[in-house]
Amino acid sequence: MSTELQLDSLPVAAETKPGMVAVAMSGGVDSSTVAAVLMQQGRPIVGLTMQLWNQRRLPELQGDGPAQHRCCSLDDVYDAKRVAQHLNFPHYVVNFEEQFEERVVRPFVQQYLSGRTPIACTNCNTDVKFEPLLRMARQIGAERLATGHYARIRKNEATGRYELRRARDDSKDQSYFLWGLTQEQLSCSEFPLGELTKEEVRTLARNVKLPVADKPESMELCFVPNGNYVQFIHAYVTERGTPISDAEGDIVTESGEAIGRHNGVHNYTIGQRKGLGFAAGKPIYVLAIDTKKNRVIVGEDEGLRCASFEVEGVNWISIAEPCAPLRAQVKIRHKHEPAPATVEAVAGLRARVTFDTPQRAVTPGQAAVFCDGDTVLAGAWIK
Amino acid sequence: MKRIYLDHNATTPVEPAVLEAMLPFFSGEFGNASSIHTFGQRARAAVETARDQVAALLDARPQEIVFTSGGTESDNHAIFGVIGGAGAAPKHVITSVIEHEAVLNACQALEKQGVAVSYLAVNREGQIELEALRAAIRPDTALITIMHANNELGAVQPLTGIGRIATEADVYFHSDAVQSAGKIPVNVKELQVDLLSLSGHKLYAPKGIGALYIKGGTRLRQFFYGGHHQRGFRPGTENVPGIVALGKAAELARLSLSEDATRILALRDKLEQGLLARIPDAHANSTRVPRTPNASNITFPGIEGEALIISLDLKGLACSTGAACSSGAVEPSHVLTAIGLSAAEARATIRFSLGRHTSEAEIAAVLEMVPAAVAQLRQLSPTYQPVPANRR
Repeated sequence: MSTELQLDSLPVAAETKPGMVAVAMSGGVDSSTVAAVLMQQGRPIVGLTMQLWNQRRLPELQGDGPAQHRCCSLDDVYDAKRVAQHLNFPHYVVNFEEQFEERVVRPFVQQYLSGRTPIACTNCNTDVKFEPLLRMARQIGAERLATGHYARIRKNEATGRYELRRARDDSKDQSYFLWGLTQEQLSCSEFPLGELTKEEVRTLARNVKLPVADKPESMELCFVPNGNYVQFIHAYVTERGTPISDAEGDIVTESGEAIGRHNGVHNYTIGQRKGLGFAAGKPIYVLAIDTKKNRVIVGEDEGLRCASFEVEGVNWISIAEPCAPLRAQVKIRHKHEPAPATVEAVAGLRARVTFDTPQRAVTPGQAAVFCDGDTVLAGAWIK
Repeated sequence: MKRIYLDHNATTPVEPAVLEAMLPFFSGEFGNASSIHTFGQRARAAVETARDQVAALLDARPQEIVFTSGGTESDNHAIFGVIGGAGAAPKHVITSVIEHEAVLNACQALEKQGVAVSYLAVNREGQIELEALRAAIRPDTALITIMHANNELGAVQPLTGIGRIATEADVYFHSDAVQSAGKIPVNVKELQVDLLSLSGHKLYAPKGIGALYIKGGTRLRQFFYGGHHQRGFRPGTENVPGIVALGKAAELARLSLSEDATRILALRDKLEQGLLARIPDAHANSTRVPRTPNASNITFPGIEGEALIISLDLKGLACSTGAACSSGAVEPSHVLTAIGLSAAEARATIRFSLGRHTSEAEIAAVLEMVPAAVAQLRQLSPTYQPVPANRR
C-alpha cells in the first residue's frame, strides 16, 4: 500500500491555470480529496455542494429516524462543510432542486414507466453538474469546475479536440457516465482523480486528515432511498397526482405463449432473472418489455443476445462524426466489458452498432459508449 | 479581508455590554434561580431584573413576561397554548401567508388536528388588508396570529387596526414581533395584543433566549410540563445568563431605539437609493408601507440571487436571500411570491439588513461592490435584456 503517497508528489495537471476553480463537493471522500489536491497545487478554490432533492418529500419512503447516507442528506452537506473548514476554503450550498427534478428525476420515472431502464447519473452529469452548476461556478467568478469523477481529459493538440479518457483505475472508471459532455464543457472541467486509484485517494485523504477519509462509499442511486426504485416511482407519481395503474398483465414467451402474470411492467428490467414469480427448469430472463400490450417477454439466455442495435442522441467527443464505418470497443452498461464492434453513423445524431459477437442484454434507456482503448470516442442512448 | 455584515435580520452580534452583563452568570454567579440559598437568590434577582427590563421595552407588566428558548418556542407556545386552552368545540385560526415558518408550520400542524386556518393574502407591498381580516372572522375564531414586521421585506403590519378588530370580536391576538422589537416601538397596550413573541439574537442578545408576552388573564394551555418555574408557564431551569442578556439587550434597545432608528434609516435609504440609481431595472419592495428602518429588499432582474450572494460573500459582503434551509441552500421565498413577484423575480431578490454598528464607510463600499457584481452576473445571464429606456 502506498502510505508514503503525499499530495505534493502528484503531477500537476497540464491544464493548470491561475483562475479560481469550483469543486463540486458531495461530502464524500472523492470530491473532498479533489479539494485537497487542488489546494496543495496552490490553486484558489471554492467548494459547491448541490442541494438536489428535498428530503422532506415522499415521507412514506423515509424509514424511522433521521435520513442517512442519501444524496443531499444534511450529513453529507455538513461533511462537505467540515472539509472546507478543515482545509480552509470557502464553501456554499447551491439549490438545484428544480433542475434536478425536471432533468433527472422526471425523465427517470417516465423512462421506467415506458419500459426502459434509464441511467439517472448520466443526465445528472450532462444536464445538472456540467450545466447549471458550471454556470453557477462561472457566475461566482470561477473559471473551471473540478469534480471527483474517475476519468481523464486530454487535449489532443493535433485535432484540437478535448478527449475523454478512461480512468487509470479501471475498477473505478466513470467515463461511462460522462459521455454527454460537450467540447465546451470538457474544456473547462477537471477530473483530478483520473490518474489515481481509490486506495491512493483514501491514502491522500488520510494523510491530510480529511474528516471524511474513511467514510463508506455510496453506491445507490442518490435520490432513491434503499435502492428501491419501484417504491420511489410509486411514491413520486402518487405525489404528482397521477398514480400508475399496477395493471397486471401477461408474462409471455417469445412465441407469445402466456406463462405467468406480472404486476406492472415498471417492475421489470431487461436481463432480470430473479423475481419473475415462477420457477422454470432452465434459467429464464426478461428479454423485452412491451408497454403497448402490457406484456413482459421472457426467454432463455440465448434470446438476450443481440448483435446489432441502434442508438440515438450520439455525442461525438474525442473525434468528429466519422463518414465511414468505424471499429470500436462498445460498452453497453456500466459493468460491461467493452466488446469489439463496427459503428456506423446515421444522419440525425444516430448510429448503428454491430458487435462482432452478440452481447447479452442490450437494454433500451442505457447508454452505449464507443471506445478506442482508453479513449471515449462517443456515447449515445440505446433505442 | 474585512467583512461587511448586512444580514442583521438573520442574527445580530451580541452587544459588548450585553456580553459583559451575562458573563458572571456562567461561573461566579452560577446559582439556580429556584434555589433557596444565596446562590439561588442572586440568580433570582438577576432574572427578575431582566423581566423588568423586557417588560419595560414592551410597556408590559413583568409578570406578563415568560422567558423561552427563542422566537420559535414563543410562537408555538402562543399558538398551541391558545388553541389547547379554548375547549373542545371546533376552532378557527387566522394568520397570513407571509408569516415565519414558526407560525406557518404550527398552523399547518393545527390543521392536521382538525383546526380550520385562514391564511390572509397580502397586497403588493406585503401588508394584509384589514377588511379581509374582518371578513375572515367566524364565530369559532379562537386566534389571530399576524407578525409585526416581516423578516424579508421589513413591511410592518397594521397591528393597531388588527388589535382593534380582535378586541371587538373578542378573539385572542398573537403577534410575532421577533423582527420589530428593538427596531420600532412595540407597545403591547397600544397594539392591543394578547400574546407577543420576542427573540434575543435579533436584538443583540445571544441565540437560545427569547420571551413571550402573555397578557394577564389570557387562557393558555400549558405547553411544557415540568417544575413550577416561571409560574408553571414555562417549566425548566431558567437560562440565567441568557435571560440576563435579553434583559440588558432590551434595556439598551429601549434607550437607544429612536436614535438607532434615525441613524440606520438614513444609511438604509442611502444604500437603497444608491443601488437603485446605479443598477438599471432594479426595484425595491415594500417601499410604500411602513418598514423597519434597517431592511431593504431589492429585486435585480436577470440575476440569480444565489449567485449574487455567493459572489458578494467571496468579496466580503454578507447579505441574504429570503430563506435558507438547514443545509444553507436558498429556498424559494413564500413571502416574495405572496407579494406578486414571479418565481424568476423572487430568485433575483436580495435582502440587505443593517444593524446598530453599520457604518457610512461600509455602505459606501457596498455601493461599489453590489453594482459591479450585478453587472457581471447580468453579462453571464442567458436571459437578461435591459428594459428599453422608454419603457422603464
